[in-house]
Parts: sequence; C-alpha cells; structure tokens
Amino acid sequence: MNLLDGLGDTILISVSSVVLGTILGVFVGLAMTYGQRWLRFIVRLYIDFLRGTPVFVLILACFYVLSVVGVDLTAFQAGVLALTLFCSSHVGEIVRGALSAIAVGQTEAAKSIGLTFMQTFVYVLLPQALRQILPTWVNTATEIVKASTLLSIIGVVELLLATQQVIARTYLSLEFYLFAGFVYFLLNFVIEQAGRAVERRISIP
Amino acid sequence: MSPILTISGLHKSFGELEVLKGIDLTMQQGDVVSLIGSSGSGKTTLLRCVNLLEDFEKGSIELAGQKIGYREDGAGQRRRLPEREVARQRSMTGMAFQQFNLFPHMTAIRNVMLGLIKTKNMPKDEAREVAQKWLERVGMAARSDHYPGQLSGGQQQRVAIARAIAMNPQIMLFDEVTSALDPELVAEVLAVVRDLAVEGMTMLLVTHEMRFARDVSTKVVFMHQGRIHEEGTPDEIFGAPKTERLQGFLANSEI
Amino acid sequence: MNYDFNFDVIWRNWELLAQGLGLGLFLAIVSIAIGCLIGLLAAFGMLSRHKILRWIAGGYVSAIRNTPILVLILFCYFALPQLGIALDKISSFIFTLSIYAGAYLAEVFRSGLVALPKGLREAGLAIGLTEFKIKTNIIIPVMFRNVLPSLSNNFISLFKDTSLAAAIAVPDLTFYARKINVESFRVIETWMVASMIYVVACYVIAWLLRRLEQRLAVPR
Repeated sequence: MNLLDGLGDTILISVSSVVLGTILGVFVGLAMTYGQRWLRFIVRLYIDFLRGTPVFVLILACFYVLSVVGVDLTAFQAGVLALTLFCSSHVGEIVRGALSAIAVGQTEAAKSIGLTFMQTFVYVLLPQALRQILPTWVNTATEIVKASTLLSIIGVVELLLATQQVIARTYLSLEFYLFAGFVYFLLNFVIEQAGRAVERRISIP
Repeated sequence: MSPILTISGLHKSFGELEVLKGIDLTMQQGDVVSLIGSSGSGKTTLLRCVNLLEDFEKGSIELAGQKIGYREDGAGQRRRLPEREVARQRSMTGMAFQQFNLFPHMTAIRNVMLGLIKTKNMPKDEAREVAQKWLERVGMAARSDHYPGQLSGGQQQRVAIARAIAMNPQIMLFDEVTSALDPELVAEVLAVVRDLAVEGMTMLLVTHEMRFARDVSTKVVFMHQGRIHEEGTPDEIFGAPKTERLQGFLANSEI
Repeated sequence: MNYDFNFDVIWRNWELLAQGLGLGLFLAIVSIAIGCLIGLLAAFGMLSRHKILRWIAGGYVSAIRNTPILVLILFCYFALPQLGIALDKISSFIFTLSIYAGAYLAEVFRSGLVALPKGLREAGLAIGLTEFKIKTNIIIPVMFRNVLPSLSNNFISLFKDTSLAAAIAVPDLTFYARKINVESFRVIETWMVASMIYVVACYVIAWLLRRLEQRLAVPR
C-alpha cells in the first residue's frame, strides 16, 4: 500500500538524518568547545549559516546545487543530506551548551586523579552532557520528523507526498490530510514518550 | 633524607599579572605545611602549580626526585611534557578542592574507584575493596552507594578526600577544603584531615582555619603578593611573628 | 569545478527578491500578532480551573506542535474549502501560520505565567482590582516583558517558516528564488543569494529584537 511505503520512507529519512546529523553535530559541538580560535570561527559560521537558512531553502539548495557541481544525488539523498546538515547545527549547539555548562571543577578533579583528556571526556564530561542534552535532542528529532515532509516538494514519496497522491485519486483531501496529520502526531508522541522514559531512567538522584 | 617536594624559583603570571614571583619551598616526607595569607597572595595558585593544573613560566617543581610538568629538550628549550606523562605525574599528587568537585553522575564509591581503574589499571574488584577501605577511613562507608546530590557538603568533601588519597599519592594537596562548608560541617572534615596528618601523610594545605593550621602543621608559610613573606614552625609564626605584615594579617584573622 | 559564476540575472531580479522578502516579513509579523492573541487565550486555557478548558487548550497545543507545518498549510488551503472555508492563498497562509504560532506561543506564555510570583495577583486584589483587570493591567504586561527573548526566537523561526508559503505558490522569497532558478539555470548563484538573504535578515531581525528587548526590559 502506498501510504505504508510513504510512512516507511518518512521513518527511514528521519532516522538516517537524525543519526548522521547527531554524529556530525557532536564533532561540531566538540570543535566549538575545544577547538582553536580559527576552527571555532569556522564552525560558528557553519552553525549560523545553517540556522539562519530555512530548512526548505536548504533542501532546495542541496537538491538543485549539488547536481550542478557534479554530485549526483537522488532527491532522497539530497533531502537526507539537507536534514543531516540542519540536524548537525542544532546538535552542535546543544552539545556546546551542555559541555560548557559543566563546571570547570569537574575537569580539574578528573585531571587531579590522573585521567587523560580522552578519559576525562568519556567518563566524566560525556555522561553528564548526555543527560543534559537528551530532552533538547529528542525535541530536535521530532523537528526532523516534521521537516521530512518538506522532501515531498522535491518529489520524494514520503508519507505526505504519498498522501497527496492518494488524494489526487480519491479527492478525499479532508480525510487524508487529517489522517496524515494524525500519523505525524503519533510518531512524535511516541518519540517524546520514549525520550521521557529514558530521561527518567538515567536521571541522577 | 632527600626531600619529597622541592619547589625552586617558581614564577607564574596570568597575562600581565605576576601572581608567583619566585617561590622556593622544600618538604620532607611526613611534613604538613600550611600556606596562609590574604586572598590574592598566590597560595591557591601555588597549590595548583604543584598539581600541574596551572602552567608556570619559570622555575621547577621536583616531586620524589623527578621534575614535573616540563623537560628541557636538546637545545635547552623548556617544553611541556606530553599529556599522558602529565596525567601520570598528577596521579602522584592528590588534590582536594574547595568545591569538592565530585562527579555527580557516580555514587560515592564509583567516584573513588574511577581513578584506581583508569589510571592505576586496577581490576574492578580490587578497586572496590580499596575504595571501600578509604570510605571507611573517612567515615563514609555506610553511604558508599549514595550519589553526591544525596550527601551533605561535609560528607561530599570527605568522599572527595577519599577519592584523592585512594590513589596513594606522594603528597596530598588541600585547597581551602572547608571554605564552602556550613560552619557546623567544618569539624568533621578537619577531623579527617587531622587524622591523615597524624598518620604521617605528607600534606600541603591552603587554609583559613588558623587554629587548625597551628595544631597540625610542622611548618607554616605566610605568603604575600606572590612571595613567601615569612615561614617557620607554628609556634614561631603564630607565637612570635617577626614581620609587621604577618602581625597585621594575624590580628585580622580569627584565632 | 568549472563553473562560471554569473550573478547578473540575480541583480536583474533583485526587485522580485526584495518583494518576496518583504512579503515574508509581512506574513511573519501579521501571524505573530494574531498568534499572540491565540497563544494568550490558550495559555490561560491551559492554566484554567475548568477541566474542559484545560483539555481543549492542551489538545490544541500538542496537536499543532506535533504536526508538520507543511501538512497544516496544505490542509488549510486544500481541505478546508470542503468544509466551506475557502480563503485565498495569502489569507489561508496567514491563518495557518497564526494557528501554528499560537500553539508555540501558548507554551511560552504558559511558562511565563507560571513563573510569575503569586504576590502580583494578591497585590492586585489588595488594591481592589477585578481578576480581569489584574490580568490585563498587571499579569500580562509583566509576563510579556519576561518572555520577550523567547518571543524573539519564535518570530525568527516564524519568519523562516514563511519560506513554505512557496508550497502553495504565495510569491515569497523562496518562490522567486525557485522561479529565477528554473528560468535562468544560475542554480548556485540563486541559492547562495537566497540563503544569504535569509541569514542576513535573521541576523538583522535578531539584532533589532535584542535592542527592543533592552528598551522594554524592566529595569533591575
């Protein structure tokens, strides 16, 4: 069935963008926190540019521009790329915020018992940062699910375009738009509840 | 007997501001040295240099016969040691901080175990035993599974001291360990520090508790504007201060 | 990469782009104004003593916040006419964006209201004001100043969301950018310029709003 395939694509787009965007975003956040001045400057530009541009424009730009410069991506891939970049700018900002919110004393205490920078990061900073990041990160994930609808405009048959195709056949626009809206609501509701459950489990007493 | 800590000609600046203007200090095994002086005199910075938490520009610190933090390359240039080496040297000193700095996401015993496992490469079970032993020593055995957020300030500071001393350091550094505590919690922490002193632990401490400094120290060092202004036994420093500056400082401190 | 940059076609069309930008700003301003009203009502609804009101307001907020804005835009433009609510493109878009903004602002106002000290209302009661007058003369103005920073952020993301007006052929900046792209094939130039305009506009708006916040802030 058309709609089910569309839903599958929506989930695939969202999951891959969030996963790739988070990985990229962690590096962005690390560069913002620990990088040399020139690196921080470049990364700042990267974040500001991506956050100042509407996601829709980002998607159109990835879709049109890349083919001109000889990178042949399918609409699907171009869309995932755009969402990944978008996600990375958000995650980068969150990671930077979380890391810089951890008191300097934590790093010093870790150093004073002889931990290296890597060990300090992995055992002391990261676990604390992750807990702080989680709620906002979940929020970003739901943003990505919602933004994945924009891929319909460059012809990726995800849930929204699949819905529109069904509407074109049946003329039942009210019913099917409501249905699609409800499915998105459900997706995000599940993500939020899962996030809250994890948050409760890992909260520090 | 060769000294355990030798600081010679130590200079340290923050930008334009020179906070340490040539410090010389020697400590033998079992010495308990208290650094006193008004804020901004450089005592905490000195302590942090010994733990390599601060860089210093001139002079050297020798710990158990080994220069720490820097080496001289073939051309006689002073170079910072690689991070791994610095980390290893740091674990030869133990530091207790004013703000405790316990890791909030770990239970008390995990806080103590982390360094044992990661820097001493101790197996987990052994680390747990050692950690438990030290928590017992600071009177925190019953709370070993509590998170820092569930402990009072005094209890947190005792765990933090256990965390530092479990690493079996050559010297313990205490940076105003009671300053962040409510008055009624000061005594329990000082009792722990006193016990360690009595047992012969080598200690360098920055403190505002003059009576305590007088009780436990083998030597007291009065710092002023980045220099050692006067030093001596507790009786000399507190009983017969020679310089006007120290007399003034003591007059304004509660004893 | 062998690509000859040529911005001529962009400069020839700058008037269109400026028009598009202007329309986007207009859409955002109108929508946030209406959205503030909706948001205030919904916020008071969420904090109401009446279960039904809480339920309706809460349902509205979480339904809208969890639905993609593009679905809302298409729904309002294509599906609502079936219910006899037929609006032209621009009105329909403003309608959608206002409803959308209202849900986000409701959350902002709600937390702003919750954060207000209880004493404010009691002080109002003490000088004999009615509940309604307390709300309009004390609670809302104080809360409004406190939430200005979040309001600014919401306005900026609303402005970026106006790019979606292009999806129902409202001639905003993105719409013209696509048009120029298709007609001229100056792909890279078009999207470079379009996104730069958005980025710069966001910077300028953020700067202006920060100044506004400083002027309106309650002196402490």
